[in-house]
Amino acid sequence: MKKCFERLYNGLLKENPTFVLMLGMCPTLAVTTSAINGVGMGLTTTAVLIMSNIIISMLRKVIPDGVRIPAFIVVIASFVTITELLLKAYIPSLYDSLGLYIPLIVVNCIILGRAESYASKNNMIYSAFDGLGMGLGFTLGLTCIGIVRELIGNGTVFNFAVMPESYEPLTIFILAPGAFLVLAFLVAIMNAIKLAKGRDTGITGDCDKLCRACPNKGCAGKMTERRNAE
Amino acid sequence: MIAQLIVIAIGSAFINNVVLSQFLGICPFLGVSKKINTAAGMGSAVVFVITLASAVAGAIYKFILVPLDITYLQTIVFILVIAALVQFVEMFLKKKMKGLYQALGVYLPLITTNCAVLGVALTNVQKDYTILEGVINGFATAVGFLIAIVILAGLREKMEYNDIPKPFRGMPIVLLTACLMAIAFFGFSGLK
Repeated sequence: MKKCFERLYNGLLKENPTFVLMLGMCPTLAVTTSAINGVGMGLTTTAVLIMSNIIISMLRKVIPDGVRIPAFIVVIASFVTITELLLKAYIPSLYDSLGLYIPLIVVNCIILGRAESYASKNNMIYSAFDGLGMGLGFTLGLTCIGIVRELIGNGTVFNFAVMPESYEPLTIFILAPGAFLVLAFLVAIMNAIKLAKGRDTGITGDCDKLCRACPNKGCAGKMTERRNAE
Repeated sequence: MIAQLIVIAIGSAFINNVVLSQFLGICPFLGVSKKINTAAGMGSAVVFVITLASAVAGAIYKFILVPLDITYLQTIVFILVIAALVQFVEMFLKKKMKGLYQALGVYLPLITTNCAVLGVALTNVQKDYTILEGVINGFATAVGFLIAIVILAGLREKMEYNDIPKPFRGMPIVLLTACLMAIAFFGFSGLK
């Protein structure tokens, strides 16, 4: 039981996929135009992540090592398709606002990353909690960005007007540039907190190596690094 | 016909730039943009793979999925086709075209997880493009990616010498740069 809570804490805070690991940036930037979209995307990803972690962990002794990545992709893609059809049938409004980004959950590296680094090595219960923790951490990140963008860009939070009548919304925050801007400031705030506590931010400053060997790289780099390390 | 293809090409390369307004392929955009050389290598590999993948995915959709009435399997089929295609291209280049492999080889495995490839294949289907239109759309989208990543790499090379406030070093300043680029690319929406 203790380990289950440890997995939840790990996903929500210690290794938060959005702010600490910087994984799954595409949906993070694209769908967070409002808080409700952030929550919807986060929970959809969480559902896929939990189910794929459970199945992959159950099949971990059956799947041969050489073809594990394609096998994981098939499992994940199946759950994404199921989720997409369910959303289309029961929550069409969310389906419309997330659009193309629902099928693209397949290539969200959080899911493949968790399958590869956790679910393929641990039992079903722990993997399910790992998926839940990571998924909720992702939801938390998306919701934070969504709230900030919706508040500044539209003057509302979860569609409730919170700003005074006289507030003139800065529409740029719900357009494309606002996504980069808000994420930049949120990460900078995280860095400032880490610096104030005297912890390493993982910033190397000067680097002349190939980028795939760099600690600041995106998720694609993390994937190949792991593959090369094996 | 030609005019329509040009409209599609300009639309996908500039107006709806894949990175700066659609947010596809953010990972390599942020991760592999420290040097102009590596950025150009990654960009060319993406152009190559996306063009090929949109042709193959378009053909499979039209000749296999539609006749068999299993279009709901498109996500699974496309991602497997792309993964297999990238592997195949890598093996082919390694054997037959040593020079090109040395230039693009290291970036090829990174491309399977680049959501722009799957994104383009799915967009082509959603917008009912013919195979030719799909290939043009894929090529133009990838050229848009190449332009964006090379510009960002150029800016980052210059930024190396700047005195950036400590919390903004690393990812935040890159995101801020991307934000300014997105504002600049927003100007293209006037072309519509």
